[in-house]
This record gives sequence, structure tokens and C-alpha cells, in this order.
Amino acid sequence: MKRKNCTTAFLALALLAAVFLAANLCVGSVNIPLPQVLSFLGGGEEPSVSRDIVMKIRFPRALGAAILGGGLALSGYLLQTFFHNPVAGPFILGISSGAKMMVALFMVLSLKMTFQPGFGIMILAAFVGAMISMGFVILMSYVVERMSMLIVCGVMIGYICSAITDFVVAFAEDSDIVNLHNWSKGSFSGIGWEHVKVMAAVMFITFLWVLFLSKQISAYQLGEDYAKSLGLNVGMFRVTLVIVSSILSASVTAFAGPVSFVGIAVPHLIKHFLGTAMPVLMIPACFLGGAVFCLLCDLLARILLAPTELGVSTVTAIFGAPVVLAIMIHGRKHTS
Amino acid sequence: MTKSRQPEGEYMAEKKYFYTKELSVGYGGVPLIKEVRLCLEKGEILTLIGPNGAGKTTILKTIIQQLQPLTGVAYLDGKDLSGMSGRELARKMSVVLTGRVYPEMMTCREVVETGRYPYTGRFGRLSQADRKVVQKSMELVRVKELSEVDFGRISDGQRQRVMLARALSQEPELIVLDEPTSFLDIRHKLEFLSVLQSLSKEEGLSVILSLHELELAERISDKIACVRGDKIDRFGPPEEIFTPGYISRLYGITTGSYEERTGTPELPAAFGIPEIFVLAGKGTGIEIYRSLQRKKIPFATGILWTNDLDYPVAKRLAAEVVEEQAFCRVRTEKVEKAKELMDGCRKVICTLKTEEGGDFYPELKELVEYGKNRKDFIVYIDGKIL
Repeated sequence: MKRKNCTTAFLALALLAAVFLAANLCVGSVNIPLPQVLSFLGGGEEPSVSRDIVMKIRFPRALGAAILGGGLALSGYLLQTFFHNPVAGPFILGISSGAKMMVALFMVLSLKMTFQPGFGIMILAAFVGAMISMGFVILMSYVVERMSMLIVCGVMIGYICSAITDFVVAFAEDSDIVNLHNWSKGSFSGIGWEHVKVMAAVMFITFLWVLFLSKQISAYQLGEDYAKSLGLNVGMFRVTLVIVSSILSASVTAFAGPVSFVGIAVPHLIKHFLGTAMPVLMIPACFLGGAVFCLLCDLLARILLAPTELGVSTVTAIFGAPVVLAIMIHGRKHTS
Repeated sequence: MTKSRQPEGEYMAEKKYFYTKELSVGYGGVPLIKEVRLCLEKGEILTLIGPNGAGKTTILKTIIQQLQPLTGVAYLDGKDLSGMSGRELARKMSVVLTGRVYPEMMTCREVVETGRYPYTGRFGRLSQADRKVVQKSMELVRVKELSEVDFGRISDGQRQRVMLARALSQEPELIVLDEPTSFLDIRHKLEFLSVLQSLSKEEGLSVILSLHELELAERISDKIACVRGDKIDRFGPPEEIFTPGYISRLYGITTGSYEERTGTPELPAAFGIPEIFVLAGKGTGIEIYRSLQRKKIPFATGILWTNDLDYPVAKRLAAEVVEEQAFCRVRTEKVEKAKELMDGCRKVICTLKTEEGGDFYPELKELVEYGKNRKDFIVYIDGKIL
């Protein structure tokens, strides 16, 4: 019964991903019919402007949105597990902002020194930033008891990091700052094949890593004390969770800037969609769900006010924030 | 009376299935309880009792290795518990903890299945054998019908049973429970403890638990350890623990009292010069005693043989009790004493039926007749004023 439901859910998610991917390739400032897009993908057409639009701009961007969206959702899922808090996520806890701050610092610095930083270094900088924020949030989690207070702390940390970022951006004078400014609001634009290759590799490895953690996560679901009594090395496990979720949100931030609410909303929606919280199912489903969510949001960001492009966070917030509110209200009913 | 009862004969630790040696427990290097000496045979139930904050949970946490002992060792089946790997330990010992858990979107079966963690492989897939164990555990505690129900939607009693099933699915030899009955109503308390009892007697499971309910602790336990101050004050079978006056000392009861033999707590008696005399016996007076206690009216009662059902309650609640030795004829001076007390009271309540009686009854009858001469004589029988 349950297994059947899950299979259906996975099929539905895959179908949605395919539909939105196709829509992302077809729709835009120039609409290109699906058959033509398919033949581009098959590699059977003469070089043309349409072909370049699809193959050089839209396709890598859509793939990037899917991969990074999946990573964000997964990061959110891990953070929720770590904090036993349904509204934890990389953006709301200030982890994305921490990563953004370090990347911005690094970009400005590299402009001054006139060298072109590679993706690896950018991801590393983002990772350091993510770990700094994460460290603060974890420290806070020992001080504050209530989950809502933890979120407030996270939001504050996010604001501090954003303020520092703005400060840095204001002081650097260069045409690239415009780019930086776009990026700092969160955007999938400008993702090329060279980016996709790197992020696919990083995400694939991290995804497998998370999948290998699924057994531990299931033991952790009943809380730390029960996990210990089952023989789980809780300290080690927590460190692993922190590192993996930071890698995930850091690499997303390095490529697309901070994207809001995907990390919170998607795992929650997926949990209800699947009807179970079994980690071994949740992990791939979250990844798929994040991909679907970001494909849709990026599509909307591109077409809603075309030719002007919205920041993707604007769109994700519209869909994501109500979900967070719903969780908060539901959670209140549950505990009282 | 000796202050601490720990006869060496009882504590032949080295041969026991579970025992602790020079164990002291506490937080941050500060010992809370020193010399925790506990032992347990296979299939026995050991209960920790003692006031709130005495350190029952600290001891249990140390036994389950979630807290480092400050000194000493706990042995299970001859092996040092702290020397075992997490997995090895999890296969020998499982726990039911105090805090409530609210896992999201998990069915009861999934909660029970988490107990198989120490047995499954890399990805935690359950084998056919694992599923059988889960099934059997749920049957043992009678929660099979809850298998597919969301864990968040069941009652506290059911939830606690599911947590027990979870612990059982770990196939432990020893199970440790921290106040497992706290949230339960009396029916579920009894059900829960009877499941534990049959598991220990039929399956040879050893159990260590802490309880607040003394009367239940007395009934279920093979051994009881009393945690008080910085030590285990008493350790032994229930009959050695529940000696008169001990529970009041253990818990420092100053308001009200606890009757060890019947396991009954009473609220503080109304002191002072008796205003009402209650003629009672064979359990007919308890109702009146309690009602007078609630109204805070000091009263006297009698004549009660010390083996009378009314006697323990009267002893706790009455300002004065006219008593006679068990199985003895009532002496004249006792009758006189009762009459004297009656004279000093503004009211006499009689719960005795005069038409009954045996060889020892005439003296009581005499008292009833004596009281009948008064205007304020009330006959209260079978819940009715006659």
C-alpha cells in the first residue's frame, strides 16, 4: 500500500521535473516549439540563434537550477534533522548568507588582486562562510531552548552577514559589482556548461554521501538519546551532518547566491507528498522535489515580468514562506 | 533500627547477572551518588525509588552509558558495559526514556523498526527475520493493531507500549526504563507493568526501572533500591524496604503520611481536641475518617482492634484512637476511655450495626447503647444516615 504510494509519488515528481525542464527550454523571450527543442537536444539541427539559446543558455541554466534546487532541499532536510526543527533551512538559519558573505569578500578581493578565482576556490570560500554561520547557530542552539528563538537567531545572523556583504559591495568599484549585486540576491542566470559540470560532480558525490547517512538519520529521528542507545556515534554523526549540509548550501550559494525557502518548504511538502519520513526515501525525493521547485520558480522568475528578470528568491519566497507559516501554526497546535 | 540495610549476604555481587562495583555517578565530575551498589539476577526486576531529584535518572543514564561514571564499573553478564562497542551494547541493552518523542510522519511500526538498527546493514534495510522480530515485539505488548497508525495520533498509554515494543525489538537481555508509567492512567499503568512482569518471568528479560508509584514498585519489583541523599539508602527485596516509617523518612514526608503495609498515602490529620467520636470497625469508618479530614474536624475513634481494616487509616487521621490488641477481648478500661472521649465530643457517629456480633462484641454494643442516650447520636450505615 505504502510502497505503491511512494512509487507513484516518485513517478509524479519525475514527470513534473521533465515537464518543467521542457518548459524552461521552450519558454522565454523567444518561444521555441517543443519539437524543435527536442531536435536540438538530439543534435540534429543546423547551428542557429534558437539553437544557441536552447543549448548554450537555457539548457545549462535549467540543469543548474535543478541540481542546485535539489542540493538546497537536501541541505534543508539535513538541517531539520540536525536541529529537530521543522523550519530549519540554510537560508533562514543564515548559513546561505554566511556563504554569500565569504564569496563576496573573496570576489572583491580577487578583483583587487586581478586574478580569476576558480569554482573550487569559490565553493571553498562559500563553505568557510557557511561553517562560520553554522558554528554561530549551533552555539545559539545550546543557549536557546525554543525552536522559534533559534530561527530568530538564524535570521539575525543572516542579516549581519548580508550587511557585511552590502558593505563590501558598496566599497568595491567595478563593473563586475553589478554582477555581484545580482548574484547576491540569488539568481540562476549566467550558469554555463562549465558551471554545470562542476556542480553536478560536487552534488552527485554529496548526494551519495547523504544516501549513505540514511540509516543513521533514521536512528536519529527519535532523538539523540535513543540514537545513542541504538549504538549510533552521535557526536560523529552530528559533525558529519553539519559538514554535509554546509557543503550543499555552500556550493549552491557559490553558483547561484542565496536562494530562500527551498530548504524549508521542499522537505516539508515532500514528507506529506510521500506520506512517510523514511530517510532512504526522503533523500532522493527531496532532491527531486527541490529540482522541480526551482525549475518552476526559475521559469516564473524569467517570464512573469519579461523581459525584466525577477530574482529567483522573490519567487521561491512567494511559494515557500506560506509553507513555513503553515508549519509554525500546525506545530503550535501539536505541542499545546 | 539500622540506618542502612545492605546485608553483605544480599550483595554477593560478583556472581550476579548484572552488578555495579564502586560506581559513583554525577555530572561534571561532581559525584551526586556515591557507592551505587546494585545487583540483579537474570529475569529479575529492579526498581529505583526515591524523591524527585535524588538522582534516579542519573543512575539509569550511567547504566545505559549516556553518562560517564565518575568511578567504578557496571557489569552485565560478566562484561564491563563501558568496554562494549555501541553496537554490541545496543544488542544487549535497550531503553525507554522519560521524554516524549514526536517523530513526524512515522507509523508505530516504523518506530518499532528503529529498534532493529544494531542488526541491519549499511542502508538499514530490514530482512524477513528483522520483520518477524518487530512483529513479535508488537504482539508481546499488544500493539499489533496500531502497526499502520501514525505514532502522533495514539494515546499516551499506547505510545508508551509502542516505545516498549521498540525497545524489545532490539532483542535486549536487559531493558532500562526511566519512569515509564509517569504519563499513564491507572489502567495503563497496570497494563504496562504487567507486560513487563510477564516478559521478565516468561522471557527471562532483566529489567531496571525507576518508578514514582510506591505501591506499584512494591508489587512488581524483585529488588528495590532507595536513592536518598548521596547514596543508595536501602537495597533489597520489597519486604525489607517497606518497613513502618521508612517511606516517610526516605521521602522526608512531613505533611501527611504513608502507610507502608497497605501502600496508602494520607493527607495530614486535623489535630486538636476531638470534636466528634466515631464508633467504627471492620472498615466501616474509613469513609467518615476521610470526610472529617477533608473538613479538618479533629475526631476520636474506637474501639478498634489493631488488626481492624479501619485501624491504619484511623491511626493516621484521628486525633485519638482507642485501640485494643488484635484477637483480644476489649478490656473495661478501654470502654471507659471511649466513654470519656465520647463525653468530650459534641457529636457521636456510629457506623456499627448493633444486630451483628460475636463473642467479643458486647463491649462495643455497650458503647453504642451509651451513645444512643445522647441527642447528637447519628447512625451512619451503608452510606446512609438512619
